Amino acid sequence: MGTTQSGILGGRLPLAEYEANFSDLHPPLDKHEALVAADRCYFCYDAPCMTACPTSIDIPLFIRQIATGNPIGSAKTIFDQNILGGMCARVCPTETLCEQVCVRNTAEERPVEIGRLQRYATDTAMRENKQFYTRAARSGHKIAVVGAGSAGLACAHRLAVKGHDVVIYDAREKSGGLNEYGIAAYKTVDDFAQKEVDYVLSIGGIEVRHGQALGRDFSLADLTEQYDAVFLGLGLAGVNALRIEGENAEGVEDAVGFIAALRQSKTKADIPVGRRVVVLGGGMTAIDAAVQAKLLGAEEVTICYRRGKEHMNASEFEQDLAASKGVTIRHWLQPKRIAVKDGKVAGIELEYTTLADGKLAATGETGIIAADQIFKAIGQTFEASGLGALQMEGGRIVIDQEGRTSHAKVWAGGDCVLGGEDLTVSAVAMGRDAAESINRAFAVAQPLASAVA
Amino acid sequence: MADLRNNFVGIKSPNPFWLASAPPTDKAYNVERAFKAGWGGVVWKTLGEEGPPVVNVNGPRYGAIWGADRRLLGLNNIELITDRDLYVNLREMKQVKMNWPDRALIASIMVPCEENAWKAILPLVEETGADGIELNFGCPHGMSERGMGSAVGQVPEYIEMVVRWCKQYTRMPVITKLTPNITDIRKPARAAKAGGTDAVSLINTINSITAVNLDTFSPEPSIDGRGSHGGYCGPAVKPIALNMVAEIARDPETYGLPISGIGGITTWRDAAEFLALGAGNVQVCTAAMTYGFKIVQEMITGLSDWMDAKGHRTLDDICGRAVPNVTDWQYLNLNYVSKAKIDQDACIKCGRCHIACEDTSHQAITQFVNGVRHFEVIEEECVGCNLCVNVCPVENCITMEPLPAGALDKRTGKPVDPNYANWTTHPNNPMARQAAE
Repeated sequence: MGTTQSGILGGRLPLAEYEANFSDLHPPLDKHEALVAADRCYFCYDAPCMTACPTSIDIPLFIRQIATGNPIGSAKTIFDQNILGGMCARVCPTETLCEQVCVRNTAEERPVEIGRLQRYATDTAMRENKQFYTRAARSGHKIAVVGAGSAGLACAHRLAVKGHDVVIYDAREKSGGLNEYGIAAYKTVDDFAQKEVDYVLSIGGIEVRHGQALGRDFSLADLTEQYDAVFLGLGLAGVNALRIEGENAEGVEDAVGFIAALRQSKTKADIPVGRRVVVLGGGMTAIDAAVQAKLLGAEEVTICYRRGKEHMNASEFEQDLAASKGVTIRHWLQPKRIAVKDGKVAGIELEYTTLADGKLAATGETGIIAADQIFKAIGQTFEASGLGALQMEGGRIVIDQEGRTSHAKVWAGGDCVLGGEDLTVSAVAMGRDAAESINRAFAVAQPLASAVA
Repeated sequence: MADLRNNFVGIKSPNPFWLASAPPTDKAYNVERAFKAGWGGVVWKTLGEEGPPVVNVNGPRYGAIWGADRRLLGLNNIELITDRDLYVNLREMKQVKMNWPDRALIASIMVPCEENAWKAILPLVEETGADGIELNFGCPHGMSERGMGSAVGQVPEYIEMVVRWCKQYTRMPVITKLTPNITDIRKPARAAKAGGTDAVSLINTINSITAVNLDTFSPEPSIDGRGSHGGYCGPAVKPIALNMVAEIARDPETYGLPISGIGGITTWRDAAEFLALGAGNVQVCTAAMTYGFKIVQEMITGLSDWMDAKGHRTLDDICGRAVPNVTDWQYLNLNYVSKAKIDQDACIKCGRCHIACEDTSHQAITQFVNGVRHFEVIEEECVGCNLCVNVCPVENCITMEPLPAGALDKRTGKPVDPNYANWTTHPNNPMARQAAE
């Protein structure tokens, strides 16, 4: 028996229910299912799916390889472009990327299941521990990568392939970044993020130093002095504040921290959740927090977003997922004040909003939702320190098309750069491309010995 | 309602759908299930001569190839003729014919190429009340190594000789089943006609190896690590069968000889096509072996509904209707010009038409128009080859549109000549030039 007692409590559900609630959202395809799904691909020329993929995976080719009984070759096609193809297969919002533009939509309104097929291929290869890459001859170059998230890992792997030595610095205890700490548990089960990190690092030549924070334990200047190049894949460590009355009450929490705690918990029963939960925000983080609060046994979960449905960053699929789990999504509501009783959250007062001349404006009408827990999911911020004079804009690092920053030895990518897309797959693309750029820079600076010498 | 009743060389059946001589017709049990499902007739699995029956392999008898979604496209087999005792078969045939007097029951026969062998078996078959016999000159495996099946079918003189014996020793109608494993199908058909056959049926199966096991390097189906060529059938062989049926239907020497059409018939549409090319009825096997006997209901209703829609009342209204339109290449109208046209509303933008044309044909379909991914036919380059139509995954998205007489063919820069003209009189034809001189 679970409990519907008020307050913020763990163990609201029987243990078995936690297990069921946090199982794989999209179970893996078995071989037969994969073949049936793969048969639907038309092997388009100049395929729209491939264009839509930030890492430009050759999707028609990898699907044809699955269809012809070569899932290992298929995995290599994927990893050639995206070494984190396993995680992307799980967390990519395919409904707004490759699958959205699948030509099968035009004919049947049902795309080829590209994401699940990608998982089938990459899972097969990783299960068999197939390693496709060997390191080129040691170049003698040393590169520091800051951040062991998607961008940093993709960059480090590509650099290692080129024969360079890499040291990754990460402030956390584990590698993986958001893949380890920032994604709903039901999207990546069985400790997949760590398995993937191990798979990526097994190329060799990459050393990871945990508990090392830029600005606290070292500065960018230290790195540019010690290394031939630096890649910054810092992510967004800060969380936007509400700046309203009652924000410091017990029960007001960052959604990011809640999601991270869930990922680190084995049983989920130890994660406390309110009986009535309000989530503020309209992105994937809001959805991940709200859905998981519901799955933990919260009785009432409401997402409040200050704009309309069409403005939400969370995809249509994610919104539907939340609705199917019993989450209520309310629009045109912005937080005004948190009601506090005995130092704890009792509810939240919200004000209706509207668009006036294209700008968001409060209407003056308010309402109160009773709550014992409130999650803030209103965006993350870049907490820059130790970066010296690196050029910034809008609170993000400025880079050029190759990922070069204003410092000649420093590259950057992922969510911390201007134009970062808050997508694992985009971070992978930026990390990979920065590695290629770094490699080219070395080649220019140090031309190879003449072949005829 | 269209009248589907069939009268094939005097053998009557309620519809033109017979089951071919094959595993589905090996026993009374199967045949009665087929009749219950609605099949118009069966050709009983081939009978051999009296004595110890043939033996089959005890491993796999079938190999296959598949299309998307593992849809079976082609099947081959290394099964032999019936491996049941001759008298068991004869008894069952007699009983089934008594139980189902309105259905056609044909006995398929394969005995050694000796007059006495045929003379011995024919009265036994006649005694069952069977409506006719089919001479199995087709099986390309096993029996052919013993001088029977396709070993006979590949020698027109033998065909004529055996048919003559059969006509001499039985009053039953004789259908001669032909092997496609031959260069010119008209030769055995002419021989059968010369021997006095009442009809031919075709095609029997085609020599084939369906696959090679890449672990063991054994051909499939594999018997203890080795394989043998088997007889190929199923949807994949239909085009070959249609051509052979048409060749016999339009050959002046065999014109009018009744034909029972066989080869990959899977739907009512396939059946209608065989009938249109001159078949008097059709025989089916692989489709039933793939989906069960119930498929005949789709065939019956489909054929009937199509005939109703087109105003065809009886099978005679459609049989042979396409035969006059089959001709030799040299008589095709070289002044006929058609161009591909892409329906932009139906196009799903897969790009396959473009890449097929660009890589392998005439560079006549765009990839971009004004910088936008857009597939359109470039009439100046289009030779009207139809490849784009065939590779397009959406039916009727690309069509071949004939240019009207007088319209400008942008490829040649000339107007379309309204007159029929073929190769025989074309200036580039050396034979034509000789004739002119």
